[in-house]
Amino acid sequence: MTITEHTTPEPPMNKRALEKQARAQQRNELSLSLPAFILVGSLVLVPIGWLFWLSIYGSDGFTAENYVRLLHPSYKKTLITTFELAFLVTGLCILLGYPLAYLASQLKPRMASLVLLCVLFPFWTSLLVRTYAWLVLLQRRGVINTWLMDMGLIDAPLKLVHNFTGTTIGMVHIMLPFFILPLYASMKTVDLSLMKAASNLGASPVKAFWQVYVPLTLSGLGAGVILVFVLSLGFYVTPALLGGGRVMMWAMQIERSMAVYADWGAASALGVVLLVMTLGILWAFARLTGALSSVEGK
Amino acid sequence: MLNKSATDTQVTHLQRLWLYALCTLVIFFLIIPTLLVIPMSFSDSRYLSFPPESWSLRWYRAYFSSAEWLQATAVSFKVAFLTMILATTTGTLASYGLHTTRARMGKYMMVLLTMPMIIPVILLAVGIFLTFAPVGLNSTIAGLVLAHTVLAIPLVMITVTAGLKNFDINQEMVARSMGASRPWAFLTVTLPQIRNSVLSGALLAFIISLDEVVIALLIAGGDKATLTRRMFLALRDEIDPTIAAISTLLIVFSVVMLALSQFLQSKK
Amino acid sequence: MHDVNKTSGPVSAGPGEASGRDRALPISVKSLTKTYGAFNALNNVTLDIRSGEFMTLLGPSGSGKTTLLMVLAGFVRPDSGSVLFGDEEVLLLPPHKRDIGMVFQNYALFPHMTVAENLAYPLKLRSIAKTEIRDRVNRALDLVQLGGLGDRGIDALSGGQTQRVALARAVIFEPRILLMDEPLSALDKNLREQMQFEVRALHDRLGITTVYVTHDQREALTMSDRIAVINDGQIQQVDPPQRLYERPKTFFVASFIGETYRLPVDIANGIASLFGQPIKAGGPLESTNPQQALILRPEMLHIAEGNPGPDENQMTGTLRQTVFQGDSIVSYISIHGDHEIAVRSQHRSNQTLPEPGSQVRLSWLIQDTVILPEDGQT
Repeated sequence: MTITEHTTPEPPMNKRALEKQARAQQRNELSLSLPAFILVGSLVLVPIGWLFWLSIYGSDGFTAENYVRLLHPSYKKTLITTFELAFLVTGLCILLGYPLAYLASQLKPRMASLVLLCVLFPFWTSLLVRTYAWLVLLQRRGVINTWLMDMGLIDAPLKLVHNFTGTTIGMVHIMLPFFILPLYASMKTVDLSLMKAASNLGASPVKAFWQVYVPLTLSGLGAGVILVFVLSLGFYVTPALLGGGRVMMWAMQIERSMAVYADWGAASALGVVLLVMTLGILWAFARLTGALSSVEGK
Repeated sequence: MLNKSATDTQVTHLQRLWLYALCTLVIFFLIIPTLLVIPMSFSDSRYLSFPPESWSLRWYRAYFSSAEWLQATAVSFKVAFLTMILATTTGTLASYGLHTTRARMGKYMMVLLTMPMIIPVILLAVGIFLTFAPVGLNSTIAGLVLAHTVLAIPLVMITVTAGLKNFDINQEMVARSMGASRPWAFLTVTLPQIRNSVLSGALLAFIISLDEVVIALLIAGGDKATLTRRMFLALRDEIDPTIAAISTLLIVFSVVMLALSQFLQSKK
Repeated sequence: MHDVNKTSGPVSAGPGEASGRDRALPISVKSLTKTYGAFNALNNVTLDIRSGEFMTLLGPSGSGKTTLLMVLAGFVRPDSGSVLFGDEEVLLLPPHKRDIGMVFQNYALFPHMTVAENLAYPLKLRSIAKTEIRDRVNRALDLVQLGGLGDRGIDALSGGQTQRVALARAVIFEPRILLMDEPLSALDKNLREQMQFEVRALHDRLGITTVYVTHDQREALTMSDRIAVINDGQIQQVDPPQRLYERPKTFFVASFIGETYRLPVDIANGIASLFGQPIKAGGPLESTNPQQALILRPEMLHIAEGNPGPDENQMTGTLRQTVFQGDSIVSYISIHGDHEIAVRSQHRSNQTLPEPGSQVRLSWLIQDTVILPEDGQT
């Protein structure tokens, strides 16, 4: 047999039958996702669509009133509080979580597992239990105040809960594992010989850390930051319990509009804005990291 | 010993002492608050002091003798169990189908099915409440199971897909070449080997459902109230010390689950 | 190990083995095409494999040989074409209905089953009685010299043992056709050579049609009845090993198999000349392209004393260096200034070696002279 030459073009054999079979196979494979799709479609896509509809369609037809109402000062306050808390919680997570992740990534496997276990333990403990723990710790006759007073450090109990402070403490506790875990994973992939190289080239340890190590962990850091920020924006349980009604978060506003005022217009408009904000931040982050990795030449 | 170098940049342990101190504090911050609940639950006083002045089991008795708390617990565990079953089967099937298909739709479907993770829960809760209202699924076990399943599916799929990626698909091909139909090959060859991922996903689904607060708050009312809903309302209105006992039980449960999941991870 | 003019003779016929030969089917591949986007994996491939033959698909990675095998197995669906096992069109049959045995590069043994359970798997699918399954599993284990290892777990086996289990599993249900995708590439050299022998022996014993994929030309030459050389999704040549080696039909085949030197020749009026000197070709020229290449294998060349004999071609060159290597001497000769050829010759102690810088003559047989157009040209 010689090289197969392209002779007079024959009609491709079995082409249609093969295509038909390929399509049938793809249909079968996709149909395995059908049950999950039906669930997610009917319980996520449809409701969100419905909410969106509710936010723009009132009793008199299409209206922008729900969104216009959001410019009212009380809503603005909610917005500011929500963002303040999100930024604060994220910042504290960075301050507390980065050093821990850094240390854990450098420990020997046994010690590292131990530290990770300490991070996973709150992760696996019920959110309510943890929030409750802080309620008990921070309240006026709670553990912290009692200790501080017994030790004579303070005369009157500190107002640690049912306010912004308590909410912040509780949220940081909830969010830290979400921050540490992706950061730790990213840190484990850092090639430490680069630090040796930096040292050899004349960088002091501090400089080497800021100029070589931190940039290398940027992707894990970014993921942790975005995750914590986005979660904090939409968070309900902890601010509701630890804020004592004084810390009005976005999610609480949504719940209140719905449960207390049955104001579907407001609830849905608030919800849509929250969703757009969340998706917008995630999308921006995705674009940014995409842009960054192309710059890094990955 | 403190003068030994600790890093590649020759920083000594002594110089890093502040780091060790800070990290220790953070670790304490992470685990102490939760652990403190345990001894406090044995405190006799209403104001749950630490350390407890007198010890008693009164809050545990309060829990086990309360029809409402036990009912709520039963509801929560029933829902969690059913969620685990439903989410694991639908999620595993979907993961397998999407992992093996060449269809372009596959990628879009995967994104769609993991989407519930990035949508704020409050939104999902409000939306589901709206959708359930006309069909009367609010305040039912079925409704809760469906809602929680939607939350759990993304995590099941992520776990199972990771397991599938580590699986050598050649084995399935060999089984098929020897005469096994595709479903049979999946059942007898693939599934036994991604078993740990599937079980991990199932565990996650269970815990997600058990811990879920927001959706339960909005749609689980009346006698179908979940444990989380009751606890939340009790905490918001007044701090019922019975919650300390319930919390301790839940903490023990979490530790067991965590140990199980670590065990499964190590066997991968 | 095998004979080009092969008539099948089994080592010893056992139960089930004679029937293998009767069941052996020829494979007919016609006009297979498969593209992945812009990449042409298979380009109108046509190939006939004879009943009971050991056919090797040989080519570099990315050549399409594995794709072709996967089409035969049913795991890759081509865009168009036809595949016949005997008289039956199998292209639209799902893999589990094609009755083929497969051995993969990494063996793909089921780690959650014992050796015996692995072997029993295909038999259980065919509703065979339990007692007969046990018998056949034991016989299969004996066939590959692994008797008694049925209860072992897969991870308790050595590389060679794993290979044998994979082989046994592929033939235990008496398939009509055996497909193997580089099954020996994970083994070390010694084991590999031993397994080549055993695989071929198994094929002879069972008389089954075998399609074997490899990128190792030595392996292909050792084991095959015929070799199909594939590159860029096209079959370049299909011939028994010796003919493939001595009479390559394309530049690619010549350079892929064995070592080659190539020297430029000019063709004018049907006569080839090498650096101005006419040389005689071993057979009719494949093409009329004025610029072609002379393909020389180093073992064909020897340093000549005088003029070329009537059946020889000759060229002259300058000896650059001789290297003594114990049993042989390698002479590095420069031809026409910029082509370097290494010629190995046996060392005899009474030989005087020529001085570096002196002119030497290189002779080779006319019948070994292969002239082909360069790669990519006609």
